[in-house]
Amino acid sequence: MTKMSGARALVESLRQQGVKVIFGIIGGAILPTYDALYDSDIRHILSRHEQCAAHAADGYARVTGRPGVCMATSGPGATNLVTGIANAYMDSSPIIALTGQVSTRSASSSYMIGKDAFQEADIIGITTPITKFNYQVRSAAEIPKAIKTAFYIATTGRPGPVLVDLPKDVQMDTAEMDFSSMLKIRGYKYVTDPHPLQVKKAAELLLNAERPVILAGGGITISGAFQELLELAEFIQAPVATTLMGKGCFPENHPLAMGHIGMHGNPVANKLILEADVLLAVGTRFADRSTGRLDTFCKDAKIIHVDIDPAEISKNIEPDVPIVADAKKALKAIYMALTENLKTQKAETPWVKRIKEVKEIFAKNFANNADLSPKVLLRALRELLPEDAIITTEVGQNQMWAALHFQVIKPRTYITSGGLGTMGFGFPAALGAKVACPDRIVVDIAGDGSFIMTEQELACSVEEEIPVIVIVLNNSVLGMVAQWQRLFYGRRYIAVKLGRVPDFVKLAEAYGAQGIRVASLEDFKNAVKAAMKSDVTTVIDVPVSPEEDVLPMVPPERGLNEMLIG
Amino acid sequence: MGEEKSHIIAAIVENRPGVLYSVANMFRRRNFNIDSITVGPINGELARMTITIKGDDKTVEQLVKQLKKLIDVVKVSILDPANTVGRELALVKINVPDSKVRADVLHYVDIFRGHIVDASHETLTVEITGDPNKIDAFINLMQSFGLKELARTGIVALSRGSQSIKINGIE
Repeated sequence: MTKMSGARALVESLRQQGVKVIFGIIGGAILPTYDALYDSDIRHILSRHEQCAAHAADGYARVTGRPGVCMATSGPGATNLVTGIANAYMDSSPIIALTGQVSTRSASSSYMIGKDAFQEADIIGITTPITKFNYQVRSAAEIPKAIKTAFYIATTGRPGPVLVDLPKDVQMDTAEMDFSSMLKIRGYKYVTDPHPLQVKKAAELLLNAERPVILAGGGITISGAFQELLELAEFIQAPVATTLMGKGCFPENHPLAMGHIGMHGNPVANKLILEADVLLAVGTRFADRSTGRLDTFCKDAKIIHVDIDPAEISKNIEPDVPIVADAKKALKAIYMALTENLKTQKAETPWVKRIKEVKEIFAKNFANNADLSPKVLLRALRELLPEDAIITTEVGQNQMWAALHFQVIKPRTYITSGGLGTMGFGFPAALGAKVACPDRIVVDIAGDGSFIMTEQELACSVEEEIPVIVIVLNNSVLGMVAQWQRLFYGRRYIAVKLGRVPDFVKLAEAYGAQGIRVASLEDFKNAVKAAMKSDVTTVIDVPVSPEEDVLPMVPPERGLNEMLIG
Repeated sequence: MGEEKSHIIAAIVENRPGVLYSVANMFRRRNFNIDSITVGPINGELARMTITIKGDDKTVEQLVKQLKKLIDVVKVSILDPANTVGRELALVKINVPDSKVRADVLHYVDIFRGHIVDASHETLTVEITGDPNKIDAFINLMQSFGLKELARTGIVALSRGSQSIKINGIE
């Protein structure tokens, strides 16, 4: 036991958790903690908006698998984190949000919780539905316990954001600190080992399947089950579709890869998943954007659903074989169970031949050679970037073009806001990713509408020396909504026109970053090459036609079988 | 879609600030429609919630899973209606303008094994406990006399016999 202030105990707790970096913005109620941070080796990165601090922590978490930490002051600082926290919650990303709070007691007796004090907001109440756990610390001695518990909960089971609210007096009080214990959380349990009987049932289904498909979700990435997925898929010759969140967990250049399913899924995956007789879905919650209409989704297939969160089983889809387990352990167990009856890898089946044929047909149909079409740009980008380069995306057409046309080969290199669909996520997430992996190239594939939502982080990227590349697919409209208006609302365009402002080159330069405008594919390639060598962030402004659609598309409320190919 | 029926769910939760909020908030967010919820401490550290909900089995199964997912919820069980004692308490204030009505009300209170807990020249206040059907029946009867005010607790329930919800040695 050591006597110290709550703020020092907080910093020490973070250090013990291996925290190297915090993204945040300072303010009155969190000042004691920042003062303690002054003496610490933990790097603080000053975001320019708290939302971006949360997204940066999220990006950091997604590329490393380790929790990202963000920090904000009370009131508006805390409420500005909310979108970032909700985003992490929807995509099961482990972030730790630390917020200052007004005091639990005070000499002036009105700067106190419950008195509508200056910069007071009920952040516990506000974030209850968007955190895995949140906790307001009520005494200094509780701080080490709260932090230890926060990291434990955020990173185990199904990961998710945890918020710890720190009243100012609690940060300043001194107490005897015990760094070894946690809060009482006897209600927190999670299962990682699959039930052997369920595994046996799953193996039997897969063994006898003629047209097996594996649907790999974000859970594969979280669990690090890449090798297990690859081995199982090859062993039983099962083609692999991913969800948007699962993109990258299976190498997309593999012969068994079909790409991702969904509203803007790869047509190969959308078409063929519906032909499966057995579907092994792992680490996915069968989101509406992935499955389309549920009554037409794999309705004749036997479904095996593996998820670590029991509440995901039967939430959207009633599986034939539910397995509550960690994805890695479940895939390993299923593989082992299969080897009892299957001694060597299956030979190429008629089903796999069909996959190859369908892939070729769509590859031909998708020939589109307009010089600056997103497809051509993104394929060119893939060729320019090393395999381990990290892509983040904004939300909208840019995200879906990237999902369709940028082949992801390595795990944890396609970082996207899947569940919440947060425009403005990609750029701050790219900064978080670059901080985590300074030796790798990080590219935000952006649209003009999304990028301007968080472009002020250019200041952060320049001042903190975090060079990334932003490719703005600039069509001067809120493109995805404009596409819906074009397809489903009789071209009645309202509230989507952004015009030709700002000038992204001048904008970048105003922040001390590099801006390059391109007019041809050759320009684009040269710009990317220059950006890869640059010591500062580069914004590449690429004109895209405002009429360009993302295709194929499954119209809302329709089944994957009703895909518009274009 | 399965058949809609009443379910009673018991949840043992950490007895700390905000737990009722997080449970109620989850119900609202997940679109569960609760008939009643009662909560009271069972010792310094834990509290017991009794939740009644109408819905099909699938809805109730989801509700239980979502409840279990909350960190502060220690244990959840669905009580089997055939094997559960459920009780509710109601306080009912009834207008009694004359001695005839007063006598009638007292008569019914007796039949329903209620107690008079307060009286004035114009009113009687009755305490009545029982399963919710009994309380509904009593309230329906009193409606004809003129119900002035009503407060119901919602159901609390325990399994019959020696069965109980066990948590870390606490029974």
